[in-house]
Amino acid sequence: MKGRWTRIVRTPLGLTATVLVVAIAALAVLGPVLWGSGADAVDTDAILSQPSAEHWAGTDNLGRDILLRVLVASRLSITLALLAIVITVVAGLLLGSAPFVLGRRPGRLVAAVVNIAVAFPGLLLALFFAVVFGVGATGAVLAIGLAGAPAFGRLTQTLVAGVAERDYVAAARTMGIGRFRILVRHVLPNIAEPLVVNATVGAGTALLSFAGLSFLGLGVQSPSYDWGRLLYDGIGTIYVNAAAALVPGAAVLLAGLAFNLFGESVAKGLGIPVGIGLRAASPARAGSASGPERTGQGEDPGDRPSDVVLDVRDLEVTVSGPSGPVRPVRGVSFDVRRGEAVGIVGESGSGKSMTALAITRLLADQGRVDASRLDLLGNDLLAPDTPARRRMLGTTLAMVFQDPMTAFNPTRRIGAQLAEVATHHQGMSRRDAMARVVDRLTAVRIPDADTRVRQYPHEFSGGMRQRAMIGMGLMGTPALIVADEPTTALDVTVQQQVLDLLTAIREADDVALILISHDVTVVGEVCDRILVMYAGRIVEDMPAADLAAARHPYTRALVDAVPDMNTDLDELLATIPGRPVDPADVPSGCAYADRCPLADARCQAEDPPLAADQADSPRHRVACWHAGEALPAQPDDQSIDELVESP
Amino acid sequence: MTADMPATLTVPSPRFWARPWVRFGVRRLRRLLVSLWVLVTASFAMIHLIPGDPVRGALGPTAPADLVEARRHALGLDDPLLTQYLHYLKGLLTGDLGTSLASRLPVSGVVAQRLPATLALAVLAFLAAVVLAIPLGVVMGVLTRRGHGRRTELAFTTTGIIMATIPDFLIGVVLVYVFGIQLGWLPVAGDDTAAAYVLPVFSLAIGPAAILARIVRVEMVGVLEADFVRTARAKRLPARTVYAGHALPNAVTAALTLGGLLLSALVAGTVLVENVFAWPGLGSTIVRSILTKDYPVVQAIVLVYGVGVLITNLVVDVALALLDPRSKIRED
Repeated sequence: MKGRWTRIVRTPLGLTATVLVVAIAALAVLGPVLWGSGADAVDTDAILSQPSAEHWAGTDNLGRDILLRVLVASRLSITLALLAIVITVVAGLLLGSAPFVLGRRPGRLVAAVVNIAVAFPGLLLALFFAVVFGVGATGAVLAIGLAGAPAFGRLTQTLVAGVAERDYVAAARTMGIGRFRILVRHVLPNIAEPLVVNATVGAGTALLSFAGLSFLGLGVQSPSYDWGRLLYDGIGTIYVNAAAALVPGAAVLLAGLAFNLFGESVAKGLGIPVGIGLRAASPARAGSASGPERTGQGEDPGDRPSDVVLDVRDLEVTVSGPSGPVRPVRGVSFDVRRGEAVGIVGESGSGKSMTALAITRLLADQGRVDASRLDLLGNDLLAPDTPARRRMLGTTLAMVFQDPMTAFNPTRRIGAQLAEVATHHQGMSRRDAMARVVDRLTAVRIPDADTRVRQYPHEFSGGMRQRAMIGMGLMGTPALIVADEPTTALDVTVQQQVLDLLTAIREADDVALILISHDVTVVGEVCDRILVMYAGRIVEDMPAADLAAARHPYTRALVDAVPDMNTDLDELLATIPGRPVDPADVPSGCAYADRCPLADARCQAEDPPLAADQADSPRHRVACWHAGEALPAQPDDQSIDELVESP
Repeated sequence: MTADMPATLTVPSPRFWARPWVRFGVRRLRRLLVSLWVLVTASFAMIHLIPGDPVRGALGPTAPADLVEARRHALGLDDPLLTQYLHYLKGLLTGDLGTSLASRLPVSGVVAQRLPATLALAVLAFLAAVVLAIPLGVVMGVLTRRGHGRRTELAFTTTGIIMATIPDFLIGVVLVYVFGIQLGWLPVAGDDTAAAYVLPVFSLAIGPAAILARIVRVEMVGVLEADFVRTARAKRLPARTVYAGHALPNAVTAALTLGGLLLSALVAGTVLVENVFAWPGLGSTIVRSILTKDYPVVQAIVLVYGVGVLITNLVVDVALALLDPRSKIRED
């Protein structure tokens, strides 16, 4: 408790505010004692004089020193503001706890009245009460105090309602303790902190409001004076001596700011632990300028077949972590041919989604992308962005994201969101674009597409949204669709529909597909080729038909982890023992060595290259020193690490 | 069994009242009427809550007793309270706001004469705040999106907090000093020329603009992280379309909720600023009337301000419902 309060003083803003509040309090106590007589001293020789060495802020129309009067006025200004905030707090507490104490019906009435009153600005309420209580300091204190009550009452009400749900309050109630007693004993102590913080901020606001009322002539009346009254007098003589208005104005502002900032830094100090808050907000920007490191993964095929849609060589992604740059993708090379479906599988954190975002150039701020080659249809994607390239990408590269619930803009109609592609990149008119949208939505099997286009995303079901997302990709003439976990967020019954749709599109138009998934069966079903990623690298690249004959121990573990019809449901599901590698701390040897039953000293020391190791299947590449070797029998006590992708 | 038949046959279609827009409209209208009733009653009660005799207060202690009595009678203050209340309501419905104690003129005339200047000031100030705040907030949001511009963010936020804390009348005093007195560029009183609008409008607009810009920035930063912004980028739209077309509308709905509160606070803020700039509106009139105890005028102006606030809140709610397609369904 004490530690939390002292932490406030340790932030620069909190310290400044605290010092200011203490200084103002000291001034309020000492000011009238030290300068009280000086402030009232009339000097008929220096009436309305400009600032001078004798009178730093000049004099008023009786020749009294403005600066001294401002210093002395601090006591009255602060006292009145504090009195007002006390009234606010008391009245607010009564209004706010009334629903709890009075019970249902009368409570709702009070709450309704508070809700109506809170809609009116404080100044309007203050004017109302100023009329009722009459012009003068007393009236103004009551007016400002009561004007703040509805807002404070609502805050209290919300806080009370929050605590009233808790178990200990319910327990106290069942014990037959009276509501008022519960309020005082159990509820109020638990909401005291936010109330104190808000009262502090409120004191600043009350100070400023009071200055406002006095400035209007409705507050403190002559011969008494607070800052607002001095401002009121000063503005009348602003052409003669501007300091007479500016100095009290500055005093009001400084004091008001001090209370506000003090309250806010207390709120911050109590609410969020400062250390963690700073770290969480720290940038995740790409650091270090280290170029792509050649990991020697895979040999460059040299002769690139002309039907290659996407060509990726030595792709690396660097992001900044809490302790220096981290590379979640460490040298990935592959190509995708026309009409080919390539699956990328791996656990979460294996770098597969990062790879997808990097090759589609959607990583933007999250990390830096390096590669020795990144070509889509012969266009270099590493080159700077141009309108021409945007058009090319916008019409030939389609993306399908994991969560269709959040991937559409909630404030715009589905039709408009799809039509954008056509109007921006294909120069279509709005009408033509909308006709194209209806056509495309029909193509992705959305019924009543012509009425559906006028609906908003929240009116679509999840599966329908994902189909519309695919339809968005079909607005152009895509050569490649990159689908990042397109079925993970969907119901099981809908998953198959979406996969079927992707397959149908691929076959109809010879579109290449990159399907990213943690689910090795989904990928095996849809794709021609499978890339298995582990710790930012491809560890196996094989035809989908070879899945049962996978050679990397990790792939084999993935395949074994899938339950099939023969799995004995009484036994624990097979899992891969150990934890995935932390991208911030990748070992120098094979990244899988720590979890691999075949690992030996060489695996710990040397990272195996991705290479074809069998003469009869040149398209099957694997990065393992012990590829295809028999695995030792599984131990009985299997760990229960899960192979579940976190979204 | 047969007795049930007619009932099932004659059930009227409940569809109309079940429609979200109709339900929204009914709920909102009910709230408006209740608030209006509370407001009218409060403004009626105001004159009776004043300790002592308001007429005696207004005419001063030296006024002859028969004059006070005659004036009380003219104002209907010697009628039973309920009669007075009904009389007040009837007057409001026919546009009769009573007679000024000071000038003996109809209050409705005073309000009609003074309202346009205040309305112009409030509307212009709100527009200025929006025009200043939204582009500023968007640009700041883009500059300080995740992983960018920590220093810019700190400077912007600190300036914003300070600007928002300075009361509008103090800003007014400083603007008068700098632009009116030191530089002599702009007039500091009245509403005779277009130039005379500049300082009062800015005095009112700066605070709300600072708050609004902060909210727009925070919302922008959040929205720029959203999946649908990535979708928009995947469509390879130009950056300005992504920011203005996709991110902004989502950032602004939240900003508008608070914008409504700012707008109603701005309506009341005119009172102080009008007094700085001798603006011939309701704000300077109400203060003068409070000081001269011209209660019918005060009562009417409080009512007008209150109605202004209620209308503002209504407009904001409807605008929100229109802007955010989910709001009408989400609301309770």
